[in-house]
Amino acid sequence: MSLKARIIPCLDVKDGRVVKGISFVDLVDAGDPVEAAIAYDGAGADELCFLDITASSDNRGIIFDVVRNTAEHCFMPLTVGGGVRELADIRKLLNAGADKVAINTTAVKNPDFVASAADKFGNQCIVISIDAKCVSGEGEQKRWEIFTHGGREPTGIDAVEFAIKMVEKGAGEIMLTSMDRDGRKSGYDLALTRAIADAVPIPVIASGGVGTLDHLVEGIRDGHANAVLAASIFHFGTYTIGEAKRYMNDNGIPMRLN
Amino acid sequence: MKTVIIDYGSGNLHSAAKAFERARRDSALDGEIIVTDKPDIVAECDRVVLPGVGAFADCHAGLEAVDGMEEALQDAVVNQAKPFFGICVGMQLMATRGLEKITTPGFDWISGDVVEIRPQDKHLKIPQIGWNTLDIVNNHQMLEGIKTGPNGLHAYFVHSFHLEASNNNEVVARCDYGGPVSAIVARDNMFGTQFHPEKSQKLGLALIANFLRWNP
Repeated sequence: MSLKARIIPCLDVKDGRVVKGISFVDLVDAGDPVEAAIAYDGAGADELCFLDITASSDNRGIIFDVVRNTAEHCFMPLTVGGGVRELADIRKLLNAGADKVAINTTAVKNPDFVASAADKFGNQCIVISIDAKCVSGEGEQKRWEIFTHGGREPTGIDAVEFAIKMVEKGAGEIMLTSMDRDGRKSGYDLALTRAIADAVPIPVIASGGVGTLDHLVEGIRDGHANAVLAASIFHFGTYTIGEAKRYMNDNGIPMRLN
Repeated sequence: MKTVIIDYGSGNLHSAAKAFERARRDSALDGEIIVTDKPDIVAECDRVVLPGVGAFADCHAGLEAVDGMEEALQDAVVNQAKPFFGICVGMQLMATRGLEKITTPGFDWISGDVVEIRPQDKHLKIPQIGWNTLDIVNNHQMLEGIKTGPNGLHAYFVHSFHLEASNNNEVVARCDYGGPVSAIVARDNMFGTQFHPEKSQKLGLALIANFLRWNP
């Protein structure tokens, strides 16, 4: 099998600017998502992900320009998520240059939306973004519940069951974020990642919690994910994409190195 | 030289157009890259690109919905033998039939059906999403200067179906995904890739540049 595991840097974009901070050495303007995308493209990232966290609906349109400008300079796959509510939103993102669209809250509220989106645009471009949190007590069998609205609202829905349901509706990929681990740099929630990756026939992207290169290796090897997503370790220059890919490759995970 | 990218309502036209524009500029080639849904513009072009994202049947229906487009395409590619580049579902449409969801006729330029990929290793996920290398079955002019094979450049795939060609001599390259999967097919002036050259960085831009220079 010569398909490689993927490293996906993720940029949170608010009102057209990268937030959460980014400090590449050779960037003129660290807050510009297009410049960041170009830097990652040059560094050998396997895909890019933009999450639009713009709060006001007035500024929702800005992300289309960001995607369009990125597609002008970067000839690599691009996933865009955040605020996808209608089929027209997906159409506009794809026309601007996105390859895949990540759907979160709308998929929970209206699972049939996923079915119509997959029918219209193909399963391969529908990524279901799941934010999950462990809700089982100590000593209990592990259970995770999904949260919506950027992780603020509990739903009472079991994460594994929801992932299976999304596959039935036509999802092509799952982007799985552990809310317990996000931003903590203690590694992915491997039990969660493996529970979902083993339960679904579609690729899973592990997200939330990367602090070291070993965490990336674990996400694929132990979490059974097909791709690993990370933000701060790359944004702040702790590691380069190249270092991460070589490290993973040296630790038994075939990566694209050219 | 005019290269048209056919717009029939199937995604990612912007990135395809930009990649062709970039490859043209980088190779210092003259000419224009035009995105169009007008059959008469297809009729007067020199090269034709058919992108496509989504399901075979939907893409076929989308193409049929543009009045006169399928006729213009057949005339340009079959009668006038203009260089043709099909991308992803645009490549799959070159087949005899598509078997995704329902059975739909293709252009029948490459004899064979578009069928679901079924990796022998049951742990492999469908769709195949990501970067894979190309194993060359029959060398092709379009691959000139591009390093292929297990240590070669990678191409970006995102698909659940592939074109199973009846004639081995119409397969240019395969990739390995729990078994052989069609990556490139070709015949005469027709060339198609299952992967996305417009998303395949170095390999993709080199392939597009070769297409813009190709004299089949």
